[in-house]
Amino acid sequence: MGLRTFIEGWPVYRQLTGTDPLGRGAAAKSDVSRALTARTDTADSVARSVCPYCAVGCGQRVFVKDGRVSQIEGDPDSPISRGRLCPKGSASKSLVTSPLRQTTVRYRRPYSTQWEDLELDTALDMIADRILAAREQTWEDVDTQGRPLNRTLGISSLGGATLDNEENYLIKKLFTAMGALQIENQARI
Amino acid sequence: MAEAHPVGFQWVMEAKRKGAKVFHVDPRFTRTSAVADEYVPIRAGTDIALLGGVVRYILDNELDFREYVLAYTNAATIVSEEFSDTEDGDGFFSGFDPETGTYVQDSWQYEGHEGSSGSGHTAQERDSAAGLTHESHGAPVGGQTRRDETLQHPRCVYQILKRHFSRYTPEMVERVCGISQAQFLELARAWTANSGRNRTGMLIYSVGWTQHSVGVQYIRTGAIIQLLLGNMGRPGGGVMALRGHASIQGSTDIPTLFNLLPGYLPMPHHAEHPSFDEWVDSIRHPGQKGFWGNARSFAASLLKAYWGDAATPENDFCYGYLPRLTGDHGTYQQVLNMIDGKIKGYFLLGQNPAVGSAHGRAQRLGMANLDWLVVRDLFMIESATFWQNGPEVTTGEIVPEECRTEVFFLPAASHVEKEGTFTQTQRLLQWREKAVEPPGDARSELWFFYHLGHKLREKLADSPLPRDRALLDLTWDYPTHGPHAEPSAEAVLREINGYDVATGRPLSGFAEARADGSTAIGCWIYSGVYADGVNQAARRRSRHEQDWVAAEWGWAWPANRRILYNRASADPDGNPWSERKRYVWWDAEKSEWTGYDVPDFEKTKPPSYRPPAGASGPEGIAGDDPFVMQGDGKGWLYAPSGVLDGPLPTHYEPVESPVRNPLYGQQANPTRKMYAHPVNSVNPSPPQEHAQVFPYVFTVSRLTEHHTAGAMSRTVSPLAELQPEMFVEVSPALAGEVGLTHLGWAHLVSGRAVIEAKVLVTDRLTPLRVDGRIIHQVWLPYHFGFEGLVTGDSANDLFGISLDPNVLIQESKVGTCDVRPGRRPIGPALLELVADYQRRAGIVPGQHAPAVTTDDEGKEHGAS
Ligand code: SF4
Repeated sequence: MGLRTFIEGWPVYRQLTGTDPLGRGAAAKSDVSRALTARTDTADSVARSVCPYCAVGCGQRVFVKDGRVSQIEGDPDSPISRGRLCPKGSASKSLVTSPLRQTTVRYRRPYSTQWEDLELDTALDMIADRILAAREQTWEDVDTQGRPLNRTLGISSLGGATLDNEENYLIKKLFTAMGALQIENQARI
Repeated sequence: MAEAHPVGFQWVMEAKRKGAKVFHVDPRFTRTSAVADEYVPIRAGTDIALLGGVVRYILDNELDFREYVLAYTNAATIVSEEFSDTEDGDGFFSGFDPETGTYVQDSWQYEGHEGSSGSGHTAQERDSAAGLTHESHGAPVGGQTRRDETLQHPRCVYQILKRHFSRYTPEMVERVCGISQAQFLELARAWTANSGRNRTGMLIYSVGWTQHSVGVQYIRTGAIIQLLLGNMGRPGGGVMALRGHASIQGSTDIPTLFNLLPGYLPMPHHAEHPSFDEWVDSIRHPGQKGFWGNARSFAASLLKAYWGDAATPENDFCYGYLPRLTGDHGTYQQVLNMIDGKIKGYFLLGQNPAVGSAHGRAQRLGMANLDWLVVRDLFMIESATFWQNGPEVTTGEIVPEECRTEVFFLPAASHVEKEGTFTQTQRLLQWREKAVEPPGDARSELWFFYHLGHKLREKLADSPLPRDRALLDLTWDYPTHGPHAEPSAEAVLREINGYDVATGRPLSGFAEARADGSTAIGCWIYSGVYADGVNQAARRRSRHEQDWVAAEWGWAWPANRRILYNRASADPDGNPWSERKRYVWWDAEKSEWTGYDVPDFEKTKPPSYRPPAGASGPEGIAGDDPFVMQGDGKGWLYAPSGVLDGPLPTHYEPVESPVRNPLYGQQANPTRKMYAHPVNSVNPSPPQEHAQVFPYVFTVSRLTEHHTAGAMSRTVSPLAELQPEMFVEVSPALAGEVGLTHLGWAHLVSGRAVIEAKVLVTDRLTPLRVDGRIIHQVWLPYHFGFEGLVTGDSANDLFGISLDPNVLIQESKVGTCDVRPGRRPIGPALLELVADYQRRAGIVPGQHAPAVTTDDEGKEHGAS
């Protein structure tokens, strides 16, 4: 390190000669902090999103690096939230990257004391078979006076308030077509 | 609000900075109270008495916004002479049928409409939670009414209101709610002083108001005040519902609810709606005024979206395919049916009833008695592991080796791993872009249901059975993309928006809906969200680049309108009520409505328009009738139909209360929905014996750091660390009375369960003086369960099942319990403790007190 570099590297020098006379910004920066970059600067892409917790609907920016979520921040453009997030919204990155998340299908046989693994497609196929069997066992064509019922009361579903409108639309459409009407969600409670 | 909707609360603070006075009414002092101008502690379950007191204060002092009230509400409308009030019936309106515990509403009607409009008998409406259909429009009422513009007629709504609330005096408010008269008057003065031509007041509530056996009437009372003060349809006014999940509004609009179809169309009832015409007429009420008159187009377009080419005018658009209601098929009835072995399979889609629903034990016992259960969630939640780790395994009520339920756990995609729209609490749809692929087997619900639908159709492809036609004829051909064949959410949104069947052109709004099969619309109130083939919900023009209404951020239903009924922000002649509160007004030069928002009125209908005699539908709405979805164009101070437990709100005690109703002989809402099932029970309340076995009131709510049943927060380390333990807040006085120590343990006992919690002794709970005695309230967070990073007993286990009659929501904001020091027993001893309390309280599981209150002499009140 030459003398000149040494002197210029001295915060007081930078404070007196640079654009930061109070020494609270660039002048006081160390080499380490100069070498730091925000995760938001190096992201490969940013998705405009919305907080998944309460119904305020705060705007989020989801930063992605190497195919993984690297940061989630409040969206300063949002007229609802003006960039802010509460503790829950701020924890969204921990939510989506939580090591506790289940990423494989789990299956518990009747009377079993443990979980087993199951292929996703097999699970889907088994569920479809069970739906058809439940319809078979509980189907009601007409009431006692011959008026149409077209339904099964053997199938129930609960949930929807954490899901997208498009998802709720398909859920309701499919269940209605299969004659299942005992469909409910958090709005009832 | 600062606790549960923190970022929304910034706007309350902005208003405060600009001079707004903030009142916070809550049983518990919270972060909201800390920054409010005034904190008003209240006894849980008594808000109608408080708000009724405000109504009386307004009317007695003639502080209503008279010009607004006369022109825009039904204050002047004359009611049938057959109507009699709760003042005359000791807590009952006319028309009560003790047999069914519901009302016949004929006598509640406007004069001249007796029996000709409205709901008639309401037992079936209660079972189908019919009140929910009014989220987008008012209940039926004949268009032509008799009015007395002087408000002097003894049977005009204004005078009826006055009589109804005449005993809700400041003294009564103090006696019922435990709020001092001085504090009540300060609230009433501030509210009325900050309403009118130049100022507006806003009312904000959340589930603290809805989760009651009289929940709907809480909101009604708030709406009555806001109408009397002229605070509806105006900027800075309104009744703001703060909803608790990212898209709980969306899941009501596009309902995963048993009694509704998209856009608040009712699910057909087997007896009421045997044919398409009868179904449609029950919605549009021929002859009625207002926009609901176009219901046939909305209904036909929905069926067209569902069944495409198979749906034709000749076959009533496959109306026959729709399943039919026969009664109550709500979530609580379902759970009891599960316990009784009537239900085979259950899907849980991002909901955790083992912790989040009332009567957790009933929920878990029900799930333990299924053929199969499919749980789709991010985390291994209590509702997936009840058979292994639930409290009933400890008590021996669930034995894994004997539990037959087959459980499929399918991991779900998170909000950043799929694209789609959430509808937030102000009806605003916001599109989310997808950031990353979901991990492993995790998939969106869109993926799951789309592919499940295909599997079912493949398996049924050769089926000759008529019942399988609805599945096989369903339009189910969404384009897919990506490695997992993810269906296109945009294509689904386009169907929700609606399109012209012949050309595929996306519709610009619901005005384009047709009843002849030429349009298909998945949810008519969302029509316009894909106008011009553009995803309007994805609009993100920065707040810095537009005005404060921010109309180009996302898209609000209906028609991107941000304030409903905003015609009321102008006076009858179409001019702003004041410069300060200018919002939407009539531009006489251009002969059209204009303003900051999309006017909630036909654009070129002048204020002077008067409908021709006998006009119905939109044509029947006069140029100065702002409430265009109501059958008479008016805001309803008095609801002649549509609200099942009365045309006016009435204070009833909570189903479980230590206090005898000071206002009426009738103790609790006589029309509440009750379930006599061995697993269910209600703690006794006066005048029943043994109420003192459960002497304390408990209430529950959210912590800022946790979310609902905890599945998205007790699993997330920063949040779990911030709130690591189940606790109960008690006042120093109660701690002294019961012998609790700060940071020690307590257990709470109800007729259903016993739970334990760490004790927080705090002044945040105020002992209240009610009717001459001290009432202690305790508070609990309801987020805890037995899975996740932090665990604890579930507060919802304490509740039984009693529901509001209008929408079948449970009373889970107030109940009674006993509080004891120390930890709860475990294993069979726990069951014995609950059984002992049941014995002492005279509770016989499966029986409940009669709906009509019976006094000591065995005399029934009111229901003569
Ligand atoms: S950040 Fe907080 S306030 Fe905003 S939507 Fe999320 S949970 Fe609600």
